[in-house]
Amino acid sequence: MNILSLFGKRGESASVAKNRLQILLAHERADDGSDAVLISSLREDILAVVAKRVDIDPDSVRLEMDRSGDVTTLGIDIELPAAKAS
Amino acid sequence: MRDGTEVKNGTDTMSNATVVVVTSGKGGVGKTTTTAAIASALAKEGYQVCAIDFDVGLRNLDLIMGAERRVVFDLVNVVRGEASIKQALVRDKKLNNLFLLPASQTRDKDALTEEGVASVINELRMYFDWVICDSPAGIERGATLAMRHADEAIIVSNPEVSSVRDCDRIIGLLDAKTKVAEDGGRMPKHLMITRYDTDRAKTGDMLATDDVVDILSVPLIGVVPESKDVLKASNVGLPVTLSDENSPAAKAYMEATRRLLGENIPVTIPEEKKSLFGKLFKGRAA
Repeated sequence: MNILSLFGKRGESASVAKNRLQILLAHERADDGSDAVLISSLREDILAVVAKRVDIDPDSVRLEMDRSGDVTTLGIDIELPAAKAS
Repeated sequence: MRDGTEVKNGTDTMSNATVVVVTSGKGGVGKTTTTAAIASALAKEGYQVCAIDFDVGLRNLDLIMGAERRVVFDLVNVVRGEASIKQALVRDKKLNNLFLLPASQTRDKDALTEEGVASVINELRMYFDWVICDSPAGIERGATLAMRHADEAIIVSNPEVSSVRDCDRIIGLLDAKTKVAEDGGRMPKHLMITRYDTDRAKTGDMLATDDVVDILSVPLIGVVPESKDVLKASNVGLPVTLSDENSPAAKAYMEATRRLLGENIPVTIPEEKKSLFGKLFKGRAA
């Protein structure tokens, strides 16, 4: 047992798992005709637009999707390489 | 969207039977345990119940229900007209209103035909109140045939990423490849989370029930805690709801069964009774 857990430090692996699943499933559901289609195409379009100007390292793109009630938000966090326009 | 507010679909004439598929996509999450536990709990409530094993080639429901030595004919024999349904049904040793229709152990899954399965299910609808179909893992023929004629689905998931992902895939199939879906209806779905550990979910090391419900958008029918009683019950060939009614797993399954029957009761997570010593050292004893 980790010494930190004795002091009640909360693990975070479950929220990482939830976030990974939400992103992945939005993508995998893309052909089932729900709003996931929109989310998935938006994500691809936005990345394509940015990729026109800068090289994107796929590992430095962070996606976050959140569903609360009727509202779905998609956050795309792209780390730009040291400013060099192409 | 995916939700569970659909109207029950009464497809067949002259019968009020409900056909339920227990499915998950991923193997080893507790489909067979759940099938046996729910079927027995329904039978204990006095309903006429038949559990069907669709896992042709890898049958196990007979073993979990303790009926393996009494299997003579199987689902494939019936589908091919080599035996009647009544010859193939195995009556439970404890409950005389609970029956098993075993899978074939020697054939492969292609031995089942769409028409054959349809006629078996239609005949069973005439004799039983509840028909519980234990789906094989995967998304191939056996799994799609098991869900094909269902009126409702119980989706079994562990609080773990690969299991949840596979459930999502199965939900897609339930909404596309079933008779109910093809007739323009929506398959009512229930989520059963198994092998749950409340303490680990609390500390954020395991997906919590709310997380899984959020991700899959399927209403919860029950949460079965990780319990040693499940293995003990399978050792002796008794569904956990018959082997030890006081076991937390049995309580969770009995509660889920009441919900399946339409009772509107809040979902609880039954816990192992802890001794004073256990309480003092909560979560630390290994």
